[in-house]
Amino acid sequence: MTSLFGARVPRKEDPQLVTGKGTYVDDFGPDALGVAFVRSTYAHAEVLDIDVGEALEVDGIVAVYTYEDLPERIGAALPVLVPHPGLTEPRTGYPLAKGIVRYSGEPIAMVVATDRYVAEDAAERISVSYQPLPPVVGLENAAAAERLVYPDVPGNLAAHMVQDVGHARQAIDAAPHRLQFRLAIERSAPVPLEGRGVYACWDARDGSMRVCSSTQLPVSLRNAIASRLDLPLKKVEVIAPDIGGGFGMKLNHPWPEEVLLPWAARLIGKPLKWVDDRREGFIASSSERAQIHDVDVGFDDQGHILGLSVRFLHESGAYTPYGIIVPIITMSQLPGPYRIPNYRVEFDCLYTNTVMVTPYRGAGRPQGAFAMERTIDRIAEFLGLDRAEVRAVNFVQPADMPYDTGLIFQDGRPAIYDSGDFPSSLKLVTEAIGWRDFPARKEQAAKEGRRLGIGIACYVEGTGVGPYEGGHVEIEPSGRVLVSTGLSAQGQGHQTMLAQIVADELDVPICDIEVTTGDTRRFGYAVGTFASRTAVMSGSAVALAARKVRAKALRIAGDALEADPRDLEIEAGVVRVKGSPEAFIPLKTVATLSNPLRYAFDEAAKAATQFTRPGSFDEPPVREGEEPGLEATDYYSPVRCTFANGIHAVVVETDTRTAEVRILNYAVSCDCGTMINPMIIEGQIHGGVAQGVAGALYERLAYDEDGQLQNASFMDFLMPYATEVPEHIEIRHLETPSPLNPLGVKGAGEAGVIPAVAAIAAAIEDAEGYRIDHMPVSPSELFHLRSSQEARQ
Amino acid sequence: MNEERHEITLLVNGLPNTVVVPARRLLSDALRHDLGLTGTHVGCEHGVCGTCTVLFDGQPVRSCLMFAVTAAGHEITTVEGLTEPDGTLSPVQQSFIDCHALQCGFCTPGFLCTITAFLDEHPDPTDAEILAGVSGNLCRCTGYQNIRSAVRRAADLRSDRARRVTT
Repeated sequence: MTSLFGARVPRKEDPQLVTGKGTYVDDFGPDALGVAFVRSTYAHAEVLDIDVGEALEVDGIVAVYTYEDLPERIGAALPVLVPHPGLTEPRTGYPLAKGIVRYSGEPIAMVVATDRYVAEDAAERISVSYQPLPPVVGLENAAAAERLVYPDVPGNLAAHMVQDVGHARQAIDAAPHRLQFRLAIERSAPVPLEGRGVYACWDARDGSMRVCSSTQLPVSLRNAIASRLDLPLKKVEVIAPDIGGGFGMKLNHPWPEEVLLPWAARLIGKPLKWVDDRREGFIASSSERAQIHDVDVGFDDQGHILGLSVRFLHESGAYTPYGIIVPIITMSQLPGPYRIPNYRVEFDCLYTNTVMVTPYRGAGRPQGAFAMERTIDRIAEFLGLDRAEVRAVNFVQPADMPYDTGLIFQDGRPAIYDSGDFPSSLKLVTEAIGWRDFPARKEQAAKEGRRLGIGIACYVEGTGVGPYEGGHVEIEPSGRVLVSTGLSAQGQGHQTMLAQIVADELDVPICDIEVTTGDTRRFGYAVGTFASRTAVMSGSAVALAARKVRAKALRIAGDALEADPRDLEIEAGVVRVKGSPEAFIPLKTVATLSNPLRYAFDEAAKAATQFTRPGSFDEPPVREGEEPGLEATDYYSPVRCTFANGIHAVVVETDTRTAEVRILNYAVSCDCGTMINPMIIEGQIHGGVAQGVAGALYERLAYDEDGQLQNASFMDFLMPYATEVPEHIEIRHLETPSPLNPLGVKGAGEAGVIPAVAAIAAAIEDAEGYRIDHMPVSPSELFHLRSSQEARQ
Repeated sequence: MNEERHEITLLVNGLPNTVVVPARRLLSDALRHDLGLTGTHVGCEHGVCGTCTVLFDGQPVRSCLMFAVTAAGHEITTVEGLTEPDGTLSPVQQSFIDCHALQCGFCTPGFLCTITAFLDEHPDPTDAEILAGVSGNLCRCTGYQNIRSAVRRAADLRSDRARRVTT
C-alpha cells in the first residue's frame, strides 16, 4: 500500500466544515439559559458596592451572582497552573472579583436569564460603585514601581530569574568588540475568530456534569471542574468540539466562566451557555509579547559571539495563572541556532493593571528571536560583514548534535537540541529569497526611486514538550477504525494527521478511520494542545497504540489462518499469508474473532460464538494475557522535548512618500523533522507568517494611561486582511528526523510566527538605513522615524 | 419589560420558515438559534470580520448587522444552502478542500458565501479582482494564500461544470 505518511492527504475535517456541519460551542444548547457578565470598567479599583436591584426586575432574569454569593470552593482564587520556584509572588484573580479589580474587563457579576439578549439587558442595569486606585500601565512604569498593582509585591516584581552558561561578563569584557543596546516588543493578542465559550449541562438524575468549552486542554479542564465542584472525575465530561482557533488563548484554565457556568447550571438545574463577544475577547482573555531587552554582546573580528548578556523586562499583566513559562521560554530559546559559549540571561516579570499574559503562538520565542537576530545584524553592521555569514560562523553544526545548550527549558529539563542542520537551512532560504543577488536588485530599485530592504532571521523552537500524551486505537467488527487522543484540535488538522499515521501502521484505508480529539468520554488522560506538540506527542502515542493493535490482529489472524504471525501481512484492511494469496482474513473479521461471544446478535457475530469457534478445551476462550476486543491504548512520554528550527527571509519595499511597508518576497526554510502532511505544515507556516506580519506592522494592544484598552474591536485592532499578507510564501522543507520519537517528527505549529518580526524589522532597517529596534512599527510611526532621521541629518 | 414579538417568514435556502422574534433579534441569531442553521458563525457582531456573511437576494450581507424582521420576504442563502440538492459540494466548497483554504473552519462559511456571490459577478476573475473579492473577510488561520488559490480553482470548477451541463 502507498504510504500516507508524508503525503498531501486532503483533510478529513473539511467536508463537515465547508457544509456548515461543524459544531462549535455556540452551536450546542439552543434552549440554554443565556449568561452575561458585568466587568470592571476600571483598570484598578476597589469595588465599594454592587447594586443588582434593577437587574432583578428585568423580565426573564433568572439569577445574578457576585463574589458574595459564591460558596468558598467556587469563589476561591483561581489556580496558579504552572508553579515555579522563581515565581516568588504568584497572584491570580477570583472567578468574580473579591473587593479589588486589577484590570479593566475583570468579571464582577454574573447574570443568568432566559437568553443572552435579556442577560445583557439585566447586566446593563447592575450598577457598581468603585473607588479608583492608581493603575500601573506599561512595562517602564511597572519597573519604576511608583505605583503598585499589589501593595505587598514591591517593585511589581512577580519573578526574577537568571540563567548562566559560562562567564558572560568576563567574556564580554575581554572581547575585541562590544555593543550595548535596547530592544522592545509591544503587546499583541492571539485573537482566534471564535472566542471563548462555555456550555454547561447538569444531569440531576445521575449527578453528572457535561461541559463543552472552547479549550485547548479539555482533560485538565475536566479535572479542574471536578475539583471545584467536588464531583468524581467520572461524573464530569468535558468536550472540546470544533474550535475556531486558539493560538494559546484557550490554554489557560479554568477561566472564571469555566468555573461559574457549571456551578450555576447545577444550582439552577438548567443548561447554561456563555460565548464571549469580540470586546470581551480583547479585554477579558489573555495576550502576550510585551518585553524590553537590554543586550550586551562581545565578539571578535569574524563576528563570533564570545559573550552575550541579556536582561529583559517581561509584562505579566494583572495575574500569573500560567506562571512564568513565557519569559522562561524567551530566556532559554533566545540563543536560537547559535553556539554562544558564554551567555547570561535574566528577567524581571512585572505586574501591570492590564489583561493577563499567557502564551500566544510562539510563546516568548518571537521576542527572543528579535533580540538574538537583531544582535547578529548589529554585529554584521559593525564589522561590515554579510549578515548571513555572521549567522553561519556562529551556527551550531550538524556534527554537534545532540547539542546541549547548558540551559534549562520550560519543562524544567535541559535544553538539548536533538537534531538540525542549520547551514543547510540557511542555504535553502538564502537561495529562495535571492540573498546573493539582492544588493544589485536594491541598487536597481534605488535608481527607480524605490527603497528595498532585505532581512533574515533564524529560530530554534522547543516543541513536543511532555509530560505525555496517549492514544487509543480500536478496530470494530464493522471495519471502522476508531482513534482517539485526549488533547483537542483548533484547526491544525489533527484528525487527518493522526489518521495518516494509523492508516500506515495498520495498512487500512484512511476512509475507514475515524479520529476523535478532545472528548474526555473517549480519552481521559491527556495534557493538551500547545507548544507544537500534537504530532510529536499524540502522533507517537497513536502510532504505538496502533502497533499494539497490529500485533494483536496478527496473533488472532495467525490462529484463524493456522499460520505464524510473522508470515502474515496486512494490505488494505485484509490480513494475508505472505505468498499465499488464497489464505486471508479481513481485519473486521479479526475484530469479530477478538471478542469471544455467546450471542450472535448479527451475521458477523456468528463467527465468534462458542459453538462456531470452540477452540481448544484446555484453554480459556480469552487467553491469559489477552483482553477481548481488537484495541489498544498506549502512551508516549519523552525524556525531553524535540527542537524544530527554521529561517525566514523577507524583502520589503518602504513607500518613499507614505512610509507604507510592502512585503515583496517572503521565504521560509522549515525543519520540523519528518513531515506527516506537507500541505498541513505549509498551512501552519502561512498562518504563522500572517500573524508574524501582523505583529510586525499592525497589531498591538493600545492601552491608555488609565489602563483602558483603546482598540478592543476589529474596527481598531488591525488584524490583517488578505491585502496585508504576502501573496506568496516560498517554502523550503528540510527534514532532519528527531531521534527522540518513533516517527522522527518535531512539530510545526508555531514555526511560521517566531522569526517574522525580527526578519521584517531587519528588512525595514535595510531599506530605510536607520535603526528599527521597537516593534511593531506602523506606517505612521515609520514616517515619523524617517522624518526625525532626516531632520537629524 | 415585555418585548413585542413579530411573526415573520424567512425564506432560507429555498424554504419558508415562520418564526416569532423580537424586533431586535439579529438575522444571524435567528438563523442560528431559531432555525438551527448553525453553519453561519458570528465573529465580531460589528460587521468587520465577515464570518456571518450570508447571501441576501444573492448579495453578500453581514447577518450580524441586519435584524431578522428586515429580512422577512427576502431570499437568504446560508452555507448549508450552497451544496447542490444531490449533496454535491459547490465549486467553492470543493475548491476550499482541494486548496487547503480552511483550518479551524470558523470563518469559512462567510468566505464561501462571499466568494459564491463574487464568482457570479466575476466568473473569470483576475488576481486583483480575487484579492478585492476576499479582502472583506478576516481569517486568522490560513494567511489567505490558499483562499486566493481556492477562488481561482472554484472559477475553473464552475466553468467546467457549466460546460458539462451545456454539452
